[in-house]
Amino acid sequence: MDKSIVILGSGTAGTLTANRLRRTYDERECRITVVDQNDDHVYQPGLLFVPFGLAEPHALVRPRPRQLLDGIAYRSAEIDRVDLTADRVHFTDGTSLGYDVLVVATGASLLPEETEGLTGPGWGEKVHTFYDLPGAVALHQALERFEGGRVVIDVVDLPIKCPVAPLEFAFLADWYFQRRGIRDRVELTYVTPLDGAFTKPVAAKALGGLLKEKGIELVTEFALGEVDGTGGRLVSYDEREVPFDLAVVVPLHGGAEYVDRSPGLGDELGFVPVDRHTLQHPDHPHVFAIGDAAGLPASKAGSVAHFEGEVLAHNIGRFLAGKPLDASFDGHTNCFIETGFHKALLIDFNYDTEPLPGHFPGALGLPLLKESRANHLGKLAFEWLYWHSLLPGRELPGIGSAMPEHGKTHTPA
Amino acid sequence: MTTATYADTSVTVDDEGFFTDPGQWTEPMAEQIAREQDIATLTDRHWTVIHFMRAEYAAKGTGPTVRILGKTSGVSVKELYQLFPKGPAKTAAKIAGIPKPRGCI
Repeated sequence: MDKSIVILGSGTAGTLTANRLRRTYDERECRITVVDQNDDHVYQPGLLFVPFGLAEPHALVRPRPRQLLDGIAYRSAEIDRVDLTADRVHFTDGTSLGYDVLVVATGASLLPEETEGLTGPGWGEKVHTFYDLPGAVALHQALERFEGGRVVIDVVDLPIKCPVAPLEFAFLADWYFQRRGIRDRVELTYVTPLDGAFTKPVAAKALGGLLKEKGIELVTEFALGEVDGTGGRLVSYDEREVPFDLAVVVPLHGGAEYVDRSPGLGDELGFVPVDRHTLQHPDHPHVFAIGDAAGLPASKAGSVAHFEGEVLAHNIGRFLAGKPLDASFDGHTNCFIETGFHKALLIDFNYDTEPLPGHFPGALGLPLLKESRANHLGKLAFEWLYWHSLLPGRELPGIGSAMPEHGKTHTPA
Repeated sequence: MTTATYADTSVTVDDEGFFTDPGQWTEPMAEQIAREQDIATLTDRHWTVIHFMRAEYAAKGTGPTVRILGKTSGVSVKELYQLFPKGPAKTAAKIAGIPKPRGCI
């Protein structure tokens, strides 16, 4: 077998997929090439902590090529388009690369300019996002200057990377202003297009309860139509208004731009449709997608990319060997949710099972849907695991792709 | 699961009133469902969205979100909210006789 696997994107999903494949196949069996347009790998879970001064921006960034095992080719290039009939990736510098298997792992892009007024007057001053590194740094400075008033956290629409991060921001903001002794001068409001604090009913109830406990107002079914940065107002399409002195907005997300330029590759939002169990493109069997780039009914979160990686590496092997794909991703997602005061919740769910109370990964594990110090320590420990175990494509002991059932209390939603 | 009667025909709906079997829906039912949603008359623009919702459901197994409707139906998000003030994706799905759009996670 002398096959060429091209992986577009070397974020969490692309890097761990390349490394998993390299561990399985030597260089004589298949050539693996990873492509990215910049060389900075950002530890995205850390972006949440930057605005509160809990993480140093430079500590979150490492070189992409250094995260790849020996024997993986790395190419720094901007992708122009994928030609699915010729099985070639074309780059903006005029060169191209053929493949036997293509893995799309170029993640999700922020599209703030798609919301009227969001990037207009006030953007970067009183209207911010923490979903990229420059934004998180600017928001840190804005929070340090903030002496009181209305802080609004708004999710424009789903899907977004890490759907719990905006909630975590609200919880940490409550903690941050209390620590500064000005919480009584700050009104916190969480604004969402959903009909509750979260998509899944059991978790929505628990998280909505926490918002209430912390005195954070919840505004639901708010479809953001316009940001009036000068007047300090969020205006919905149905003409409701939420006033703010500081707005923290999670912008619309879409897939990478080249997906739109590649006929047949992506959906309306630039994500790549794939079978939700095998991760294979429905119309192009030698194209797969993983992580945030995939148009799946699963969270856009690093844990999903990790669990998908195990399935994808196996299925690519089966595909190259001409055998039917037999590994199945169950939608497993696992998220720590920081709630401030050195505590965090943990949720664990898949396509079919709600986030349930109980313990993870078994009866003696971390508490689910319940604040605890152990979960906070788990979240902090995760950064080391990310660089040293998850990205290199190693198994995390006791935590496999399939969602564990042991230790969960199956209460009805 | 419960039943509702539209255009003198009994249909199966879920707890929130969305059709569970889109095959039971007929066009004459739409006007009556629309009135229940405080939409007095269905215009051609409403029907553009309703037909689009049904075609999307038939093709993908779920109704589109507002954002996808705005990008692909030929009706802008702003106009969608004028046509279906209580929330275009959900209201139009209900009138079009398809299950509640799954949305994203």
